[in-house]
Amino acid sequence: MLIKKGAEASIYLEEWCGRKVVFKRRHPKKHRMPELDREIQIQRTKHEPQMIHRAKEAGVPTPIIYTVDLEEASIIMEFVEGKQIKQILAELSSEERISLCYQIGKIIGRLHKNGIIHGDLTTSNMILTPYGNIVLIDFGLSEQSMEVEARGVDLHLMKRALSSTHYEYADECFNAIIKGYGEIMGVEAAKAVLNKMIEIEKRGRYVSER
Amino acid sequence: MREDYCLGIESSADDFGVGIISFNGEVLANVNDVYIPERGGIHPREASRHHAMIASKVISEAFRRAGIKPKEIEVVAFSQGPGLGPCLRVGATVARALSSYLNKPLVGVNHCLAHIEIGKMVSKAIDPVTLYVSGGNTIVAAFEAKRYRVFGETLDIAIGNCLDVFAREAGLKPLSNKPLGAMVEELASRGKVFVRLPYTVKGMDMSFSGLLTAAVNIMREGKYSLEDLCFSLQEVAFSMLTEVTERALAHTEKPEVLLTGGVAANKRLQTMLKIMSDEHGARFCVVPREYATDNGAMIAWTGVLCYKFGMTIPIERSFVKMRWRLDEVEVPWVRTQNM
Repeated sequence: MLIKKGAEASIYLEEWCGRKVVFKRRHPKKHRMPELDREIQIQRTKHEPQMIHRAKEAGVPTPIIYTVDLEEASIIMEFVEGKQIKQILAELSSEERISLCYQIGKIIGRLHKNGIIHGDLTTSNMILTPYGNIVLIDFGLSEQSMEVEARGVDLHLMKRALSSTHYEYADECFNAIIKGYGEIMGVEAAKAVLNKMIEIEKRGRYVSER
Repeated sequence: MREDYCLGIESSADDFGVGIISFNGEVLANVNDVYIPERGGIHPREASRHHAMIASKVISEAFRRAGIKPKEIEVVAFSQGPGLGPCLRVGATVARALSSYLNKPLVGVNHCLAHIEIGKMVSKAIDPVTLYVSGGNTIVAAFEAKRYRVFGETLDIAIGNCLDVFAREAGLKPLSNKPLGAMVEELASRGKVFVRLPYTVKGMDMSFSGLLTAAVNIMREGKYSLEDLCFSLQEVAFSMLTEVTERALAHTEKPEVLLTGGVAANKRLQTMLKIMSDEHGARFCVVPREYATDNGAMIAWTGVLCYKFGMTIPIERSFVKMRWRLDEVEVPWVRTQNM
């Protein structure tokens, strides 16, 4: 059963060896020339499970990978029960929201501290399980890096995702995220990343303060 | 009944344009004069000197083509930003002078917003995901709660800048009827070998500076033909643009994709976006060149919209805003389909 047709891949909910699984299949892109398309697809399909595993080592909950098929550009992984943060953020009280975002900040901090850049930090890529922990999904655009630059871009993307979909409380959420992030990264390191993020945002051609 | 008209001045970069449009969207005149540097890119001071020199000529020509008199103008609009300071200031100065001489209200228009609004008007799009690609901007935007939200943009240089600099590094020179981008496109159409170049999409944002450096370095090695390099550069850069636009489209589920800006003229980019839009059942609209590159009509039209919602500014607060972001502007006139 197709549960999501994203820009990059289709996500199916299936039964596989008696388990409820997510079947992620990257579609070929007709707009890209086949050579480039194949290269991007294989690279991302190979890379994603590796990064999901590295995130676990960093103490960040991620889905279990069952199997990978490079030929088909597909991954079979655990179906994570729960709700996307995107869906529930609006229903929460301000306090609950801040505490949840603080947890998200800690998760991002753990990734970054261990050299993992998620590459697509949005509230749709975070699932709150019935047990109250947050599972991070979709590592399709992730990369390994200890660079402040890469971390800054990652945080910028998180901020961007908040302001484009949760504009009413984007600021309070982002501030809570930074607090949790600093808790893990240490105040100094977090500050350096935050300053980098501001620098990156100013580098984008047209920021009012520069 | 006498019609109301708005005069719009665009001068944010190398173009000095004046448009005259009626309040119901009929373009009476859209006159443009472009500054062509002798070498290198746009020198802001030289471009602004060009604008100041030809401003009165372009304005007279616009009135002549429109067949109306200056006193028939109801509103004066100008491109207030973003853009190059010295260039913006020429347009602003001319607009202020006209506004005070004619004793008509002044409207400061956001340049990026104007590209979207004129694009929507001429292509009859209602609620599109817009890809705005030019020498100074690379933006994927869509309307969401009062504003055009920026869903993705470049983290460093604009796509048009990337193509232009590559072309200049390759020794190409722009002609008045053929910009560098068109030359790259022509060369690319004859390319056959795909050269691997860095593909950089970070979430919804893109980076073109690494791509440019890599392409220039490979060109200097001389192993591949310029045709092959132009071809590969376009394939990689446009795939990035299409991927980000597709992500925004999948996320917002908008019914249309609008391509505008100077780079919109590129046929390969159009083809890629068309294929992608078709797959999502979205209508693909390309803004015709006259209204896709910087022009006065887009400022005039957006000026009309702003004016109708009382968004005029007093002259003493009409400073140019070089880094005025698209998502800072509220657009009360926009009605989406589900509203």
